[in-house]
This record gives sequence, structure tokens and C-alpha cells, in this order.
Amino acid sequence: MTVPKIDRDVASVVQAAIEKNGKGPDGLIPILSEINHEFGYIPGEAFREIRKHLHDPSRQMYIAESQLYTLASFYDMLSTKPRGRHVIKFCENAPCHVVGGKAVWDGLREKLGLANGETTPDFKWTLVTTSCLGLCSVGPVVLIDDDMYGNVTPEQISDILERYE
Amino acid sequence: MIKKRAMILVSNDPESIRLGANEIIQHLSEALVTYGLQDEVDVTTVSDTGHSNILPLVVVYPEATVYGPVKPSDVRYLVEEHLYKGRIVEDLLAPPKMLTGQIGWLRGHKGYNPAEQRIVLERAGRIDPDNIEEYIASNGYEALGKVLSELTPENVIDIVEKSGLQGRGGAGFPAGRKWKFVRAAQGRKKYIVCNADESEPGTFKDRIVLEGDPHLIIESMAIAAYAIGADEGYIYIRGEYGLAYRRLEKAILQAREFGFLGENIFGTGFNFNIHVHAGAGAYVCGEETALLESLEGKRGEPRSRPPYPVTKGLWNKPTSVNNVETLANIPAIIRNGAEWYRSIGTPSSPGTKVYTIMGNVNFSGVIEVPMGVTLREVINIYAKGMKPGSSLKLAQTGGSSGSIIPAVLQDTPMDFESFRKAGVSLGSGALLICDQHTCILDLVKVLLQFFRFESCGKCTPCRIGTQRSYEIVERISQGQGKLEELDTLLDLATEMERASNCGLGQTATVPIRDMLKHFRTEVETHIRSGSCPTGVCEMTKEAEKV
Repeated sequence: MTVPKIDRDVASVVQAAIEKNGKGPDGLIPILSEINHEFGYIPGEAFREIRKHLHDPSRQMYIAESQLYTLASFYDMLSTKPRGRHVIKFCENAPCHVVGGKAVWDGLREKLGLANGETTPDFKWTLVTTSCLGLCSVGPVVLIDDDMYGNVTPEQISDILERYE
Repeated sequence: MIKKRAMILVSNDPESIRLGANEIIQHLSEALVTYGLQDEVDVTTVSDTGHSNILPLVVVYPEATVYGPVKPSDVRYLVEEHLYKGRIVEDLLAPPKMLTGQIGWLRGHKGYNPAEQRIVLERAGRIDPDNIEEYIASNGYEALGKVLSELTPENVIDIVEKSGLQGRGGAGFPAGRKWKFVRAAQGRKKYIVCNADESEPGTFKDRIVLEGDPHLIIESMAIAAYAIGADEGYIYIRGEYGLAYRRLEKAILQAREFGFLGENIFGTGFNFNIHVHAGAGAYVCGEETALLESLEGKRGEPRSRPPYPVTKGLWNKPTSVNNVETLANIPAIIRNGAEWYRSIGTPSSPGTKVYTIMGNVNFSGVIEVPMGVTLREVINIYAKGMKPGSSLKLAQTGGSSGSIIPAVLQDTPMDFESFRKAGVSLGSGALLICDQHTCILDLVKVLLQFFRFESCGKCTPCRIGTQRSYEIVERISQGQGKLEELDTLLDLATEMERASNCGLGQTATVPIRDMLKHFRTEVETHIRSGSCPTGVCEMTKEAEKV
């Protein structure tokens, strides 16, 4: 299994994210989110780039790479490992569970041959569970990239997955 | 001027968009041109109307005919029949019984849901959230004008205190008192923070407000800022709510253009600005001090209290953190007065509550009703009863850390006071209704899985307690539990409640306690006979007979 190469310049993505969100401490998480959105995860190089731009004792901004990493590992929407081209998030909370969620989860795992948190060898799919997405009236809910699927049944899984390249 | 004769509303919440709302809008404009009606008929969008089962909705005014679910391919026929020939398309009508709230009320037909009382959701689903003029046309920014021109900050706090408004994030703290504390706190710089990190499982009431009526939150925050003496505000919105984020950003730009935000608002010398800040996925950030940590660019780990945010909050300045629903009540209270607000709901819990209903019931979605309505009323009237073949076994109120209520308690009025007396938590207003096929142990296992995953890990009682509790419940659900482990569960619960740093660890024990209080026999059956009475749990091996 080879990790797909990053074809865009990390430094310029970081710089754009900083310009948009500012150099203050409250910009850190939005900056990381934007980099994550761009690459699907946060490459190690990005931590170095962010520190290069933002660490500035004259502004009382002390930034260490480890501190950025600790943010990336804390928040669920950020990933420090490469993920597939499409990330499937399955809501594992009670409202989806009591209306048939488990059968959908079993169906997803079986169809993709993945366990929670795994990525297919061709880097097409990553399968993860997530906490409530706030779409509980149409559970069970599956989120693929930014597309929401509600009232999902195990029978629909193949059709849904086929829509993605 | 060309006179419009009809207006078409198309729902454009995430579910509707997925089901083709954008194509519907495009087909509508094309069809209107085809029939030469483009100058007579307006097409606009509305947000979630709380009718998840019949989306996308198309509502045609002035008749207020509700069509749904509508497919893009239906549109041309609908325009030809309804707008060109003037005949209602019976086949596409939304089933009357599925309609609730504002639309049900507008139609005024028998067989519709009883009218809700909508204060928080007054406009959501009725106006175009991207158009500030529609907000202004329905009393929008009137309360802010009144506050800035006629009232002192103390007057505002006084009105909110007299109204009896309690925080709707779950704890029920009096909103006016919180503002009073912040106003009285030392320091010139103060903040108002709107907690829109709605991540309690089963709760999506705030999303409906943010997506459907973003200006309401802007107006409320401006009033709050004036009352507490702040000139800057943050909306901390969970990262998953992309649509709500975009609508808020747009609304803030419009409010600036119209002079409701910025410098010298209404020429009164009052300055106020709002930033929208998106989270990145962490349940614990709904806890107010964790939220503030996260806003400051750190891991969302709750602080030790005291000091409380009212004295040392964001960047160590006095801060009022208020939930979306709490804030959404403010303009109506200012416009109509504290007495009016007190006339709704119960004496100890005035006002309305927004509930999200889901589970094994016929209608799932969002309703707003006066405080004090009972669970039985919600299930039988608003949720249209249990699904065919289902009977009520239990309900969980208020999300993961909410109470599990057995069917026998369904006549307790739902307000802060009555629930407190019954030892039940109202929480965020999520109502998860479960039928006889639900295994209590399986449900609690799912809840504990949530807590062990979402525990931030800062304090040991919560980090280890949620993990150990999960392991015990998992063992029992596999037929490998022992009776004495039930005592271990209760011991763990006591320690977690006493020693955890924040509400997450302190309330993660509620499902465990409620399970053993109301459903002990069912749990013991798993242990004694090694079988699951509902057949849900997969037993891995024959249990040792105790």
C-alpha cells in the first residue's frame, strides 16, 4: 500500500489558510481545518510551515509543532494520517442505533472489507464512525465527504457507493 | 409595478438539497418562463420546516398549498396545473397528517397537528434565511431598536430576569442572572459567546434556528452585548454544520450593510461585532469552559471552576456563554414583555421548549410547545403515536447524558422543576422514543461507547470511568457478566459523579443509574440466564450460572 503523493504545494496552502484566518491563536483550529480539508489530512510538513509563520515571541505567540499536533489529534474532524479519496462517516449514536443503525454499519464494513478507521489499499475509501451529526430525524445517517444520506438501509449501500469514482 | 399573484417556497435544508431541491428551483424558473408566468410568480427558499418525512416541500402561496415530497420531474406538471390552469395537484399534496406547526396552522384544517406555540422557531421555515429584508419585515431588529433607543442595560436585564427565561442548553440556569453577573464583573472588555456547538446526540434544534433564521441570533447577541457591556461576540458553531456556518456569515455581512452591526449602531454610540468560529469535532466543546479553550486555539479541555466564565471567560475577560435557543427567545421577550412570556409554560419554567423527536414513532422532527407538556402528549399527539406494532418501552430525554424514562413515568410534565423533582433531566430537549424491541443493555452500551470516545481525557475519573463502565456493560451484553459487577458499576458512577472535572463525566453515569433503577431485572436476566430477553445482544458464550 503506497500513500498517494501530495500534488499541491503544502507551503502555499498553509500560507493561504493563515491569510484567511489571521495570525492570532483563535485562528489555529480554523487553519488546521482548512489544511485538512485541502489534503484530507494534515501532513507533517504543514505543522512545520505553520510554526514558521506564526511562532513570534514579539507578539507573545509561542507555537511548537507538538502543540499543533496535539490539536490535530484532539479534534475528530482533523486527521494526522492520510485518508482515502472519500471518507465515509457512520453515526454510531443512540438515535441512529435504535432505528436500524447496526445493520447499516455491518453492511458498510462487509461491503468495503474495512474495520473502523481503516482505509482501502487503493486509497479510495476510509471508513470511520462518528458522533451525532444532528440529522437524527432521518436516521440511520451516513456522511460521505460532504454528502448526507438519511434513512439508509443496508440494501441501499451498494447504490450509494457506486456514485463515487 | 408588476403585481405578483403567487409565491412559491422551496425547502432547502440539507436533506431537501440532497433530494433535489436545487433542481426543483431550476425547473421552476424554466417552467415559469415556459408558461409566461415569470413576472407574476416569485420563487424563494425556506429552511427546514421540521417535516423530515415529506421533503423536499414546495409551498404555493397565497393558498398555502403544501406539496411534498416533490421530485424535480414533477415540477413542470405542477406549474402547468396549479399556476397556469389553477388546479391543485391532489397527487402531490403532502399528507395532511404529516404537517405540523406553522404550516399545519396556516392550513387550519382538521386533522392537522394541534398548533404549536412557536417563539424560537417563529420564522424558521417561513422566511428566506439569506434575505435580511424578510427578517426585518417580520418584526426583525425591532427589539434591538427598542433596546438601544428606549432601555438602559439594567432595564434589559431586569426584563429578562422577570421573564423567568432559563438557559436552554440543558442546565436551566436563569439567563437574566447570568447577564447580571457579567455586567457586574470587573473589567472594561467583555464578551458574549453564543454556544452553537450542538453535539448532544439526538439534538438538532439549534441547527434549525441557525439555518432557518440566522438574523435572530445576531439580533439577540447584539441585545445581550448591550445588556452586559460587551462590544464583541463569537458564535462557536460545530464544524459539522457547514450550511448554518455559511448562512451566518452571509447574515452578518448583511447586518453590517444595514447598520445593525458595526460602529455606532442606530446612531446610539453602541458598537458591536460578531465573529463566527467553526469547531473541529469534539462533543466536550459544548461545555462552556471547553468551548472557550477551543476558541482560544487550544484543545477543548474544560477548565477548573471557579473562576466561572462570568468573571474570567474568553481571554480571561468576563464572558456570557448562552445557548442558541436561550438567545432566540430574547427579541420576543423584549417586544412583548416579561408578563407575556410568563403567561406561557409553567410558573417555574416559563416559555416554550423546542424538542426534537425521533425513534420508533410515526413523526420524527422538531416541535416547539409550552413547557409542561407531558411525554404522553408528545408521543400521542405531536409524534402521531408509536409506529405500527410498536409499544412504548422507554424514552430518553435530553441526549446521551439525559434520563432514561420508563413508560410508567410518561405523565410527568416536561419542565425543569417537575423533572428535577422526579429525578429526571430535561437536558437539551431531545426525545428518543424506543419500543419493546429495544434492549436496555444494548442502548446503554451505545451511550457508554459515546462517552468513552468523547471523554477529553483530561481528568482520570472520566477517562477511566467511562472506559471501565463500557467494558463491564459489554461483558454483560455478551453473557459474560457477573452480578457483583453491577455494584462495581454503581461504585464507579459515584466516583465519577464526585470527582470528574466537568459535566461530561458527572452525567455519563445517568444512563447506568437509570438502567439499574428501572430495568434491573432485564439486566440481571442477561447475567443469570446468559440470554437477551429482546434478542438484541449477541451472546458469545453460555453464561456461568450464578
